[in-house]
This record gives sequence, C-alpha cells and structure tokens, in this order.
Amino acid sequence: MRIMLENLTKRFGTVVGVDDITLAVEDGEFVAFLGPSGCGKTTTLLMVAGIYKPTAGIIRFGERVVNQVPPKDRNIGMVFQSYALYPHMTVFGNMSYPLKLKKVSKEEQMLRVQEVADKMGIGDLLDRRPGQLSGGQQQRVALGRALVKQPDVLLFDEPLSNLDARLRLSMRGEIKHLQKELGITAIYVTHDQVEALTMADRIAVMNRGRLEAFDAPDDLYDRPKTLFIAGFVGNPPMNFLEVEVCQENGAFYAVNQGLRAQVPPERGEPAARRGGRVILGVRPEDVTLADAGEVRGSVFLVEPLGRDDLLDVHLDAANRLNVLADPAAHIRAGDTVTLSLNMQRAQFFDPQTEQSLLWR
Amino acid sequence: MAYATQMAPAGARSRSQAARARLTAYGFLAPAGVLVLFFFFIPMILILFLSITNLATTNFTTDVLKMATSQDPRYIVWGDNFERMFADAYAPKILFNTFFYVLSTLLLFNVGLGLIISLLTTHINRRAGFFFRALWILPRITSPAVYILMWKRIVASSPFGILNQFNELLGRPEANYFQGDPWVFIVMLNGFIGASFGMIIFTSAIESIPKDLLNASLVDGSSLLQRVRHVILPLLRWPLLFVITYQTLSLLTSFEYILLFNQGGAASNNEVWSLAAYNRALNTYFANAQWGYGSAFAVVLVIIGVVMATVYMRVFRFGELVAEPKIEVL
Ligand SMILES: Nc1ncnc2c1ncn2[C@@H]1O[C@H](COP(=O)(O)OP(=O)(O)OP(=O)(O)O)[C@@H](O)[C@H]1O
Ligand SMILES: [Mg+2]
Repeated sequence: MRIMLENLTKRFGTVVGVDDITLAVEDGEFVAFLGPSGCGKTTTLLMVAGIYKPTAGIIRFGERVVNQVPPKDRNIGMVFQSYALYPHMTVFGNMSYPLKLKKVSKEEQMLRVQEVADKMGIGDLLDRRPGQLSGGQQQRVALGRALVKQPDVLLFDEPLSNLDARLRLSMRGEIKHLQKELGITAIYVTHDQVEALTMADRIAVMNRGRLEAFDAPDDLYDRPKTLFIAGFVGNPPMNFLEVEVCQENGAFYAVNQGLRAQVPPERGEPAARRGGRVILGVRPEDVTLADAGEVRGSVFLVEPLGRDDLLDVHLDAANRLNVLADPAAHIRAGDTVTLSLNMQRAQFFDPQTEQSLLWR
Repeated sequence: MAYATQMAPAGARSRSQAARARLTAYGFLAPAGVLVLFFFFIPMILILFLSITNLATTNFTTDVLKMATSQDPRYIVWGDNFERMFADAYAPKILFNTFFYVLSTLLLFNVGLGLIISLLTTHINRRAGFFFRALWILPRITSPAVYILMWKRIVASSPFGILNQFNELLGRPEANYFQGDPWVFIVMLNGFIGASFGMIIFTSAIESIPKDLLNASLVDGSSLLQRVRHVILPLLRWPLLFVITYQTLSLLTSFEYILLFNQGGAASNNEVWSLAAYNRALNTYFANAQWGYGSAFAVVLVIIGVVMATVYMRVFRFGELVAEPKIEVL
C-alpha cells in the first residue's frame, strides 16, 4: 500500500504539531520518522492511523483519500512504545482481538493467532496475562497483535525504547526481517538515529513539525542538505567551524585563524563561489591525529567509548573539535595534539540559510 | 504481622527492629482506627444495648446502671423489640421499599447515570465535558431543604407546579404527581444527587486509562461503543465495585430527602428502613420517642449493610483487586 501525505498539517489550538508535510511512502517500503522530542512524529503517525483528523492536507492510501476514514476501516497494525496491551485479556485475547472485531470465526482465530505467535516465539504464552510477561515478551505480543490482522500498513511508535540495549538490537533485526518478508509498508517513528539508519529504506527527518529531509540513510549521512541534518544525524555529532574558502593557484583552501586545509575542487568551488564566511562540517571520524596535521589544539576532555576515545579538543576560545582517537594512543586531558581533517568528506553550509552549499 | 515479617527477612533483623516496623504500621493505621472506633463500633454497641431496652420518652433516664439493673420499672426487655418489629404490619412493606429504593436509585442513577455522564463527557471537548460535569454537581452542593423545596415546586398542583404549568400549556389535564407516583420522584431526586459521585470517580478512572490503550483499540478495529464495552468498562471494575458498595451503604442509611419530600408517604408507602428507624426512635409518633424500638430497626440496618458489603467484596473478588494497581498500567 502506497501512502501519500500531501501538505499535511495538524494544529492543536495555537500549537502547531505538524506543519505542511508532503511525502510518499512507496508500497512495501520501510520509512523511519526521525526527529527530536516534540517534533511531531507521533502526531503524524496518529493522523496516518486515523486517530487524529488533519487540520489541513490530504492522506492517501493508494489512490483513496482516507482523511475521513475511521481507524477501523484503514486496516492498519500499530505497535506502541508502551505496548498498549489490554491488561484484562490474555495474550490470546489480545492477539485475537482485531480478528474478533472482524468477525473471524473462532477456529480461524485460533489458527492465525497460533501461527503468528509461533513465528514470534511466544506460542507457549497464550494463556498468560500481559502483567505476567517480560517487557520483551510484551513487545512481541504487541507486534503479533499488529501482524495477525494482516494489515496493509504497519505503524510503529518508538516500539523499542523501553527495552534493554541487547534486546533492542535483536528486535531491530527481527522487525526489519518480518517487514521485508511480509512486504508490508511500514512507518517507524523513532528518536534513535541508529535505529533509523539501520532499519529504514528512507528516513524522514522532522524538526519542529516540519520535514527537514526525506532521503536514504547514506544520503543523509554523506550528503546532508541542511545544517540541522548534518548536526542531527551521526553520533558523536558533526563538528562545525567557521571558515573562509579561497582559491590560490587553482587549489581551494579552507582557512581560519588556526586552520589552513586544502579542499578538493568539487567541494571547494561551490563554497568559494558563495564567498565570505561559511560553515565547515567535519565528522569526528574524519579527524585524525597526525604529526603533520593542519590544526593544533589542546585536549580538554577524554571520553572512553570502548572501541574509541572521544576527544574534546579546543583549538582556540571559540573553536573546538570532537575527535575519535585510538585508545592505544593514550591521549590525556591537557595534552597538545595536531590534527588532520579529511577534507574529501568536508561539508559546507551557508550560515544564513543553513542550507548545504554542496547538495540540494 | 504480615507487614513486619515481610519487611524483615528471616534472621536478617533483630526482634526490636521487627517490633519497631510493626509499631510504625500500627501508627499509620491508628488515626483511621480511632475514627472507626468512635464513629462505628461505639455507636453500634450503644445501639445494640438500646435495642434490648424499652427506653422511651415515658421512662427516660441517662443512668445506664439503673437501666441495666432496675426491675421496677423494668428497662431490659431482651428480644421484645425485635418480636414487635417482626410482628409490625408495616415492616415487610418497609423492607421491600428499602430494597426497591436502594436498587433502583443505585442502578439507574448512582451507577447507570454516573457512568453514562462520565463516558459522554470524556468523549467530547474537554472543556465542554468539564462544564457538563460541573452542572451535575450542583444538586449535591445545594442544601437538602432548598433542593427538596425545588422538587416540591416542580411536582406541585396548579397554579404553582412547574410540570402542571406545562400540562396546561399543552392542553393536558392536571396531574397529581405528588400523590400519583412519589417513587418516581423520590428515586429521581436522590439519583440526581447520587449520580455525581459515580460520575467523578468514573471520570477520573477513564481519564487515567493510558491514551495508547484507547488508541490501540481503535486501530485494532473497534468502534467507540465496542471500545467502551471491551476496554473501558473492564478497566473500570475497581471503581465500579467501589461506587456500588459505597453507594449501596449510603443509600441504605439515607432518608433525609424522603423525610423532607413526603415523610415517607401515607401508610408508610414510601418509608424506607432507615426512615422507619428514625421515625420510631426520634420522630415523636404520638409524642413518644421510642429509642429502644427504633434501635432495633437500626440494628437490622447494620446487619443488612455488613452482609451486602461482604457479598459485594466476594462477587468482585476484592482481595485480588486491592493487591493490584487500581488501573492496571503496563
Ligand atoms: N493532544 C495534543 N494537544 C496539544 N498539543 C499537542 C497534542 N499532542 C501533541 N501536541 C504537541 O504537538 C507537538 C508534537 O508532538 P508529538 O507527540 O507528535 O511529538 P513527538 O515527535 O512524537 O515527540 P516524542 O519523541 O517526545 O514522542 C508537541 O509540541 C506537542 O506538545
Ligand atoms: Mg511521540
């Protein structure tokens, strides 16, 4: 089922929850809505589900406009962060509830629930009540309840947020696998970018009710179109420095007080064309310790992350860089280091419009 | 005891610590305990004692020792009051009235209407819902005397009666509501007040049901009515038990509105058990308040109340319910 949102807007009184969003989710596609808290992800999802009526704009399922269609006639399955299992029903009761409402016969309910439950690995828990299950088991029941009705669309609202890190990792794979296997169009709301980057075919990045970008994970990461996306996607976040880009003898250089780094022409040229001060973005993994580096700074803080050490390096009063360093280098706070920036992957942004100078 | 042993794993704590934990528990229970003692157990013992005496205006004394020992005049009459009560020609009718009054007011209004108002007002605009609920609280905060005066005006005969003025406008014959079927009005005027209690409890219970759960039910394919039946009502089991139990007991003992409305009607037609107890004990029939006889009525009321409360707790499996959160949230 293809889902089309056209100029979708939701206002609560004077509060704008969702502001003029237009995007299409292709049939069978897995799309993540990613954004900080309060940016309107849940509101958008609830409009797709039919719980909220849009203030303006159109929602289409296939060709059909569904703005006025109640949730029960949309054939959607939804999984909530809180699991939202009915506490007074058994696992079987929970999973068969959508079928019961569809007036499916008792025998078929049994068959279909058992089949889905077995697939989810909860086949032997059908007589339990939600209160007698672990969080992970509850989430499987919730997922099972959403799948058992064979929905056209699957909606997820931060389904893994309440699980521990290991379980989250394995459920991530399972959900992704199930969605591809069943070929059901899915919208997955999360504020965890790792989840979005690993699971989604495309990611809709939202900020303050607006759609900032709608792109494949690689594009968001390697070709961010706005300053917000560059800073939001990636952990630890991208470093930003104010520089001027100038051309000397056919080569481009990014320059500020303590920095002078050569930029490849395809990136340097658009930045130089803009002229004046621009914002240079470099990811922490693209900054390396090098004796012949372009920048010097003093290490202010060392955060061991396990595989890497995250260094907070102060270049001068205003400029600082996050750097991922090999723990074997034994850098300590207070050390002076020289750094080299991988300008092959440098990003440039217009400081006024906050748009990328490289991609649009 | 259970509290103390739970708090102290075997051998891990000394005796004095266990005793202190127990003391703390009793400390917290004490205020409620004192209230129950003074306002339930002591009055009950007094009433039990009075019910085996023939204390009345004619042989009034405050000397309990004299009452207990005096042979002439004799005060202790043992079961005489109860014998007389069972022989009372009106008693069966009053008992029937009581059950009729309690059950119909409870089911139609205190629970039924309360539930309907709270379901309706939680499904509309929040402020409108709040406004409508506030309206329903008005009867409760009106003084009973004024409230009954209004009802009397509503049912009075022409030219004062409001209903009869409408009858006149519509060209219908005048009706004598006051004599005609007082039960309709007695149940309504009690119910309009009683509904607000359930309304408040049910509303807060409905509003504390997690939004996700309600949304899940719609996504699963339920209509609004199916959601009420399958999800909301089952989650209201505890508030329902509470309102039913509490309101049964308060209706059993409430008689002031009937007293003010029609004193129980002619030939005890609308008299309920608590009103009968009041009439016998305190309302001077033939200028003779019969405290002993009235107390016998009151004792029966206490027994009915305790039995009904016990039955409710069994039916709703009270023990199971208090062991869990009131509204189960996962
Ligand atoms: N029922 C409502 N009434 C008024 N304002 C609302 C309502 N629901 C959401 N909002 C507002 O709309 C905005 C978007 O909320 P929404 O719940 O969609 O955010 P979200 O992206 O899901 O955030 P989170 O990650 O915290 O769940 C917020 O500013 C919120 O305060
Ligand atoms: Mg949300």
